[in-house]
Amino acid sequence: MLPFLITALIFLILGSVMLIANRVLAPRRPDPRKYIPYECGVDPSGPGWVPFHVRFYLIALIFLVFDVEVVFLYPWAVIFEELSWFGFVEVTIFVVMLLLAYVYAWSEGALQWE
Amino acid sequence: MSDIIAQIPYPLLVFIVAFILLNLTLLHVAYLTYAERKIIARMQQRLGPNRVGPRGLLQPIADVLKLLQKEDIIPNNVDKSVFKIAPLISLVCAGTGVSLIPLWEKFVLSNLNVGLLFILALSSLSAYGVILSGWASNSRYALLGGLRSSAQVISYEIAMSLALLSVVLMAGSFNLQDIVKAQVASPFKVYLIPQVVAFFVFMVCALAETNRVPFDLPEAETELVAGYFVEYSGIRFALFYLAEYFGMVVMSALAVTCFLGGYAGPFEVPGLPFIWFLLKLYVLLFFYIWVRATLPRYRYDQLMGLGWKVLIPLALANLFVTAFLKLYL
Repeated sequence: MLPFLITALIFLILGSVMLIANRVLAPRRPDPRKYIPYECGVDPSGPGWVPFHVRFYLIALIFLVFDVEVVFLYPWAVIFEELSWFGFVEVTIFVVMLLLAYVYAWSEGALQWE
Repeated sequence: MSDIIAQIPYPLLVFIVAFILLNLTLLHVAYLTYAERKIIARMQQRLGPNRVGPRGLLQPIADVLKLLQKEDIIPNNVDKSVFKIAPLISLVCAGTGVSLIPLWEKFVLSNLNVGLLFILALSSLSAYGVILSGWASNSRYALLGGLRSSAQVISYEIAMSLALLSVVLMAGSFNLQDIVKAQVASPFKVYLIPQVVAFFVFMVCALAETNRVPFDLPEAETELVAGYFVEYSGIRFALFYLAEYFGMVVMSALAVTCFLGGYAGPFEVPGLPFIWFLLKLYVLLFFYIWVRATLPRYRYDQLMGLGWKVLIPLALANLFVTAFLKLYL
């Protein structure tokens, strides 16, 4: 665990050193036109935080279900040999139940982007 | 020599080794950008960078020096603290994975029992950098890019986890070192042959996770200018760029470890312990570049459709076929 954290720290240092070097080396020539959000040269019409499609939430919800499923499958994969057929049947039942939900979401059009 | 090493306190020793590893990876990342430009240029009948140094070999260094000297513009109305921290999150999450990859039989910096889970977690976390930068930028392009990217990354995350699950099933361990050893002991020597479907799913997901062509929707130049990092300039832009290439290197290294037998080769090369690992890594990185030169970009609905309707069922089916065959045979 320690080497992992130290590597993360080193990457953080790398990023910070580059940021500091940039601060030292870079010029500062303020100009009000530099600070408007970029919209291909046209003045932005309104704030940047625009409403977005509710479908992104749907995808996130289905993702949660499937991610939890995968989390349950991981320990099974590790002790697969010991559980043998018993584990296989158990997991099949578990996945089939989730597949029903998956098929339902599909038929309701949750996976459809027009 | 070994006496001197034994006297160095353990954390300091790890720090030094990690620092060397970082520099080696950074060298690979820098020359990956050069190789990408050069190879794509050749595939498109161009010359590519050839002005800085012999055959343009100093181009990556010139790029970094140039970006270091550029003004760091922070636009009005952005969420300043989030805007500033997002590139660092991207970089740290994309790069730290290298410490978990077994580069050689006797060398893996961080030999965790759950190494594979850590890499998956890091690849999920790197989406935070993208989402936060897109959200904090107060720009429509950035917001749309960030949203697309988050949806894309979480969709392909599932298929990728399921593909790797088949590997875990065959090896019976999360430890990447054990996975390599199990592969070498298996009849085919690599998992590429029995798990070719999982390998295919993994490579497609790796392209999507690292936002590479043909799945570079978050930064689609032609519609979103640069996507989530449109407002970034100077070194913060470079940090995102670095994060993308670190992501490519880590994903390719993971594919080498899980499917191509890691550091194992057909014969030992004396004095060059990492040679097989690096050769396999370069082949996969070449594949990334080749794909970029060959394929056009996907449409967003096709992208989500491919992830949810093709790759997830395919990976799940592969997992169950693997489990069944392993019990039956």
